Amino acid sequence: MRDTFIRTLTELADKNPNLEVVTGDLGFGVLKPFWEAHPDQLVNAGIAEQNLTSVAAGMALEGKTVFTYSIGNFPTLRCLEQIRNDCAYHDANVKVVCVGGGFVYGSLGMSHHATEDISVMRSLPNVTVLCPGDLVEAEAVTRAIAYYPGTCYVRLGRGGEKRIHESLPDFEIGKAIPVSKGEKIAIFSTGAIFEEIEEAKEILNESGINPTIYTFPTVKPIDADVIKEIAATHEIIVTCEEHNLSGGFGSAVAEVLAELPSHARLVRIGMNDKYSTLVGDQKYLRHQYGMSGKKIAERILFEVK
Amino acid sequence: MTSEQLAWKIRRHGVEMTHLSGGSHIGAIMSVADIIGVLYADILNFDVTNPKSENRDRFILSKGHAGAAIYAALAESGFFDTEELKTHYQNGSRLSGHVSHHVPGVDFSTGSLGHGLSAAAGMALAAKQDGKTHKNYVILGDGECNEGSVWEAALFAVHFGLDNLVCIVDHNKMQSLDFCDKTLSSTPLAGIWQSFGWNVIEIDGNDHEQCHKAFRNIQRNGKPTVIIANTIKGKGISYMENDILWHYRFPHDGWEYDMAVTELHKSKPEGAQDPYTPEGIKNPVTPPEDADIFTDHTMSATYKPTWFGKEKQL
Repeated sequence: MRDTFIRTLTELADKNPNLEVVTGDLGFGVLKPFWEAHPDQLVNAGIAEQNLTSVAAGMALEGKTVFTYSIGNFPTLRCLEQIRNDCAYHDANVKVVCVGGGFVYGSLGMSHHATEDISVMRSLPNVTVLCPGDLVEAEAVTRAIAYYPGTCYVRLGRGGEKRIHESLPDFEIGKAIPVSKGEKIAIFSTGAIFEEIEEAKEILNESGINPTIYTFPTVKPIDADVIKEIAATHEIIVTCEEHNLSGGFGSAVAEVLAELPSHARLVRIGMNDKYSTLVGDQKYLRHQYGMSGKKIAERILFEVK
Repeated sequence: MTSEQLAWKIRRHGVEMTHLSGGSHIGAIMSVADIIGVLYADILNFDVTNPKSENRDRFILSKGHAGAAIYAALAESGFFDTEELKTHYQNGSRLSGHVSHHVPGVDFSTGSLGHGLSAAAGMALAAKQDGKTHKNYVILGDGECNEGSVWEAALFAVHFGLDNLVCIVDHNKMQSLDFCDKTLSSTPLAGIWQSFGWNVIEIDGNDHEQCHKAFRNIQRNGKPTVIIANTIKGKGISYMENDILWHYRFPHDGWEYDMAVTELHKSKPEGAQDPYTPEGIKNPVTPPEDADIFTDHTMSATYKPTWFGKEKQL
């Protein structure tokens, strides 16, 4: 996903000399193709995310489209006020890019787990929040935000995610994407956790359950139309995110559901308001915290009973 | 309008605006008034009919709490009617206490300290990339230099050779609760900036001749320039000068307002018009004997932590 992002960005930069990347001293072995192709369109601002983000705002106000690049919580929480005051409030054309949403850097420890970024970014006015689920979504998201005005947050996985879509010719910011059509149970997922949904689906199929599945590459603005439609036609909506339940994707879905007179029951799967204290890789941590394919399937089977 | 006239008007507007609104930061407005007066009268290139003109000089007041000074300068420069200044802080006004980019002539909103130098550096970098020749000015407070992000930006500006960036530190030696050196000692400020690799010019920031000279002598030698402008907090009104009380207190009805106006009139440059009290105040109320003036309001006057050691002082 990360390499797809950079490849797409490099292509976009061919056509747009005003596209800039500002990295916070990260991207070893990743950003090289970009800076070699476009040396005038990349700046390494060093390990100083607050300055980096305000610099990006200043450049954007001068007409640039600026992608800030870092990992985990560094491009968001470390410089939250700079995103709020300098980027979002000024409607600055800054695209904040995080590599490593969720437990991508699992073994590195809690500091590197991005598990509150969606909720924090979602709460900022003028910020569009995108969490692509595979490399096809990542490419579509990158292309879309390069021409989308204002401040965006993009949460990427690292790489090796399973491909969900063949292609997405009709990709639109704010639209959920149907993956499979089923009945009674609907699963909504955002970001790279989708690969676990695939696994969960197989287990559910064995138990005679055929869920409807959507991915939500955009968390804000949330696709209320799809949520409303599914809420009226299904019994249970299950949301999955590699993120804290408090304020995240599931909360965004809940906000839409709660304002409906009647709707499908909601089951939210994610981190249950805690930090990970365990050591392990992404797959391991997902499993420990109930977000592996197997655990997701178990949870849904429990809810169906 | 001369820079002296403009600076005087900034002070007069500042007194009136904070008086009417009950707004804070008159001390900071007074310390920075001369720098802003010189910039807007004689240095900055701008076009009031086209506030976003491409070749204008960019200007950010990073110490956004002195916003009244900028609003006054912008109104006096013709960006909007000076009458609007009276709406400062009021319901429905455009003139928030801290600087807002929704006001014509303002390039960047500030209010949270430590953002402006970075944003100006971003603007300066973009200008370099695009081969534009305008300058990018930013005013910081000395208390603001407590913020770590200022020093991130200071490194960045030097590393990328932003010699189209001019930073002015309004070095009035005081911050919110006390003198800077009693808060987080950081003197000599000029030496610190020098060690970061900046061109450093140190001046009396309340002296117009020195301000003019500094702004006209900015070198484009591959380094950004910082002007350490030594100023006096509350400059121009005797009982406000160097008294931390006036970081937050506004001139109340009675002697506080009357004496502020009366003192300003004594230093009024020829040709400057006072829009509020053209002839000054006829029979100004004078401070009572027990008026709270020339007393020490700093935190350190009464803050005596025991763990710090008796022989040492904060």
